Amino acid sequence: MSIELLILGMMLVTFIPRYLPFALAGRIQLPARVKSALDFVPIAVLTAIIVQVTLVRNGSVELSLSNFHLPAVLSAAAVAHFTRHLFGAIGVGLMVYAALRIFMGG
Amino acid sequence: MTSSTKAFAQGAWDTLPLIVAAAPFGMVFGALAIGAGLTPAQALGISLIVFAGSAQFIAATLIGAGAWFPAIIATVFVVNLRHLLYATNLMPQVQHVAQRWRVPMAFWLTDETFATVSNRLKRDPDLPHFRSYYLGSAVAMYLLWQVNTLVGIWAGAQIPDIANWGLDVAMVVAFVGIVVPMLVDRATLACAMTAGIAMLLTYDWPNQIGLFASALIAIAVGVIVRERPS
Repeated sequence: MSIELLILGMMLVTFIPRYLPFALAGRIQLPARVKSALDFVPIAVLTAIIVQVTLVRNGSVELSLSNFHLPAVLSAAAVAHFTRHLFGAIGVGLMVYAALRIFMGG
Repeated sequence: MTSSTKAFAQGAWDTLPLIVAAAPFGMVFGALAIGAGLTPAQALGISLIVFAGSAQFIAATLIGAGAWFPAIIATVFVVNLRHLLYATNLMPQVQHVAQRWRVPMAFWLTDETFATVSNRLKRDPDLPHFRSYYLGSAVAMYLLWQVNTLVGIWAGAQIPDIANWGLDVAMVVAFVGIVVPMLVDRATLACAMTAGIAMLLTYDWPNQIGLFASALIAIAVGVIVRERPS
């Protein structure tokens, strides 16, 4: 299989799960229970991504403050909780991360 | 400016924090792809026609490791299954959009555009010009992803270890900024906590299937807590 075919295959398997529900929208009605479950999609998926990228480092769970991703995420969460400001949360999280890397090494 | 042009610009503007946060990812992908032995045209080609964020650099890593191509395609499929949930979540809005627009909208569906659009829909459920807002977010994300891939392709040749700089921290703090304000009651909190704990229990499952499984369990817990009278 050539690289070009590989890229084409990757395109298809990426596009199909994105498109299928869009193609069906309006043609099928989702049950009320499914609709209410879908409300939780952003929280469920984004939280799982956050936890995976933050705590799983080099193939194992690193639940300690010397994993600099953790203090960065916790400070961003605090800013987001108290100010509800997205740019503020990103800025503070990145500054905490940069400061730790510069002053604590790593 | 017409009101749909305004919605397009607003969608692009609202996505900006996430585009900035995703920029290092595009660069890391470009660098990894070159490191894996792809040509610059192939690396850019993947960003242009696959456009799949994290799945792209899992693929680049696997290509570099000499993995069997059908196995790489299967991995990309599983990593991208979360888009099925995103797209299903948006069905109530998309049903009012003409079919011909749904193809580019689906092609451009990413974590970033979904996070921005669903964040907006939380505040404004009857968002006027949904299609324009969505496309503004998606087109901005797409164009900057190409620019970042090119920077990465160039930087990959200059700075070989750029992939180990911990640049992924930008994306997680951005997602934190989106998710935390969504945690408003017991059900949403229970959903988030379940997603986190389940992820820690399943992170070593192959092909990132743990991510998809954790999301499904967390959604179920959210529904159960919401339906239980408190």
